[in-house]
Amino acid sequence: MGAIRLENVRKTFGNIDVIPGVDLEINDGEFVVFVGPSGCGKSTLLRLIAGLEDVTSGKIMINDVDMADASPAKRGLSMVFQSYALYPHMTVYNNIAFGLKMAGESKAVIEEKVRNAAKILNLTDYLDRRPGALSGGQRQRVAIGRAIVRNPAAFLFDEPLSNLDAALRVNMRLEITGLHQELKTTMIYVTHDQVEAMTMADKIVVLQAGRVEQVGKPMELYTNPANKFVAGFIGSPKMNFIEGDYAKARDCHCVGIRPEHFAISQESGDIPATVKIAEHLGAETYLHVNADNIGPMTIRATGEVPLGEHDRIWLTPDAERIHRFDANDKALSR
Amino acid sequence: METNFKSPTGKIAYSVFAWIVGLAIFFPILWMALTSFKSEIDAVNMPPLFFDFNWTLENYTGILEQSNYFKFAMNSIILSFGSTIIGLVFAVTCAWAMAFNPTKRTKDTLLWMLSTKMMPPVGVLVPIYLMFRDWGLLDSRFGLIMVLFLMNLPIMVWMLYTYFKEIPKDILEAARMDGATLPKEIFFVLLPMAVPGIASTMLLNIILAWNEAFWTLNLTTSDAAPLTAFIASYSSPEGLFWAKLSAASTLAVAPILVVGWFSQKQLVRGLTFGAVK
Ligand SMILES: Nc1ncnc2c1ncn2[C@@H]1O[C@H](COP(=O)(O)OP(=O)(O)OP(=O)(O)O)[C@@H](O)[C@H]1O
Ligand SMILES: [Mg+2]
Repeated sequence: MGAIRLENVRKTFGNIDVIPGVDLEINDGEFVVFVGPSGCGKSTLLRLIAGLEDVTSGKIMINDVDMADASPAKRGLSMVFQSYALYPHMTVYNNIAFGLKMAGESKAVIEEKVRNAAKILNLTDYLDRRPGALSGGQRQRVAIGRAIVRNPAAFLFDEPLSNLDAALRVNMRLEITGLHQELKTTMIYVTHDQVEAMTMADKIVVLQAGRVEQVGKPMELYTNPANKFVAGFIGSPKMNFIEGDYAKARDCHCVGIRPEHFAISQESGDIPATVKIAEHLGAETYLHVNADNIGPMTIRATGEVPLGEHDRIWLTPDAERIHRFDANDKALSR
Repeated sequence: METNFKSPTGKIAYSVFAWIVGLAIFFPILWMALTSFKSEIDAVNMPPLFFDFNWTLENYTGILEQSNYFKFAMNSIILSFGSTIIGLVFAVTCAWAMAFNPTKRTKDTLLWMLSTKMMPPVGVLVPIYLMFRDWGLLDSRFGLIMVLFLMNLPIMVWMLYTYFKEIPKDILEAARMDGATLPKEIFFVLLPMAVPGIASTMLLNIILAWNEAFWTLNLTTSDAAPLTAFIASYSSPEGLFWAKLSAASTLAVAPILVVGWFSQKQLVRGLTFGAVK
């Protein structure tokens, strides 16, 4: 069981308001991802929940008990650190067993739980090794093993994959998602990678400068971003923003169109443009174009598109999927 | 022209230089050891005798008969180990706070602690002597342990601080998440990771306490007197017995020299930690 509710949680370092006041509801069993640019306070918020940092004010309700002043141990949460933070002087077995030992479990129980976790995480052959003799992916698994044996109310992950190479990252991403499906335990996952957020989350919390910009299911954020920041942050390549006459004609301050929401024609269309760079990835093609009277835009076309530098094209946005924003960057109804 | 450290001639030049410095440092100890095996007459012979004298053990047998070497040695052991162990308890907790929960003033505090070492101890001799007298601590092992412990505490804190700084805070936080209380966090996670640093801090402090002469001579007479007092008892008042004095000194430094010899790797690593990495 792990439902977590933040009520007006504030954190200041000296006189810097890092988290000016966050309200958030995390349901039991949910996979929640905190996402946002570097320095926006994701780690700080996670550490406040963990108890590694004291709140300046506000409540942290874990299963309806205010834990804002409780020590990390009392909160019953497990954390996986970006640096893995394994105990270098202990074997893998003892790393995983440490939390159980601290909890005063019996030797037999510890043995069983550690072996069980090792089996799930493919670590059985490495139990006698020290962390120094493991690969990055294996270390990550040990860190996860250490977290799961304690049977926590929730798992906290702080950018756990950012030290891994790209291929391994995709693998571990799937493993963590699989783990969540298997354990059905609440997970809070911090990342600045919106792909991780989109693929893993039940619920995404987009943060900027310590504020929650929007909370929602991944596809909700994609289709209905609440403001320009979320619109620009979710989705890759980034949404195109068009201001000026093109926006005025549509009764707003700024128009947003995702790169994948254009029809491309070599004869006619809404927006004439010239291709500057074409990136051919095989499955899709990114066109970086210069649109007449508008400026640079990015277009994403599926499959191979026989276009290159200097080619003239016409772009027609999917009218259903145009986003409009007012002068305060708030999204307007479509 | 720059001497190339890697060229053969450069290497030889540096080696020769290093040997000269090493011998210059070692010479007094060698001379002391040699003198301790001479008769009192040979000891003051001009020109000095190096190896061609009548080797004798009479100084040693004389000293061991005349005074209770083992009582002094036992005091030295109690004082140096006692002050180091008490110091360690305080220094570990202090360095933990400074390394992992620093404030704006942590650096200043460290410097201030170290600056107390720059004051000549004789400056506080009178107040401390009076305090010791009033509290009945003169010539007590407990009193001396306290003085030696406080005297070396800044160095211990400083050394441990430098070590602890190198340990990622994440690991301690992981232990906290794993449910370790503060004492357990320090005992099961921090200390095992800092073993080399703690070992060299202990060694250095044992050596410093062993060799400390100012306070041990001023605050003890017999009951708590360590080997420094033992040496001193063979100097001036009984006339110039160079050979006997040398034998006493050799006996006093021998144990710590042996300890130092076996732990030199550890010591060098500890003292240069942070400087070369
Ligand atoms: N101990 C601290 N003292 C002062 N300021 C801090 C402290 N910890 C964090 N901050 C500040 O709080 C802000 C948020 O930091 P935080 O580490 O939470 O960001 P983040 O979103 O996790 O960024 P990243 O993606 O780079 O990890 C930053 O501006 C940082 O400088
Ligand atoms: Mg962070």
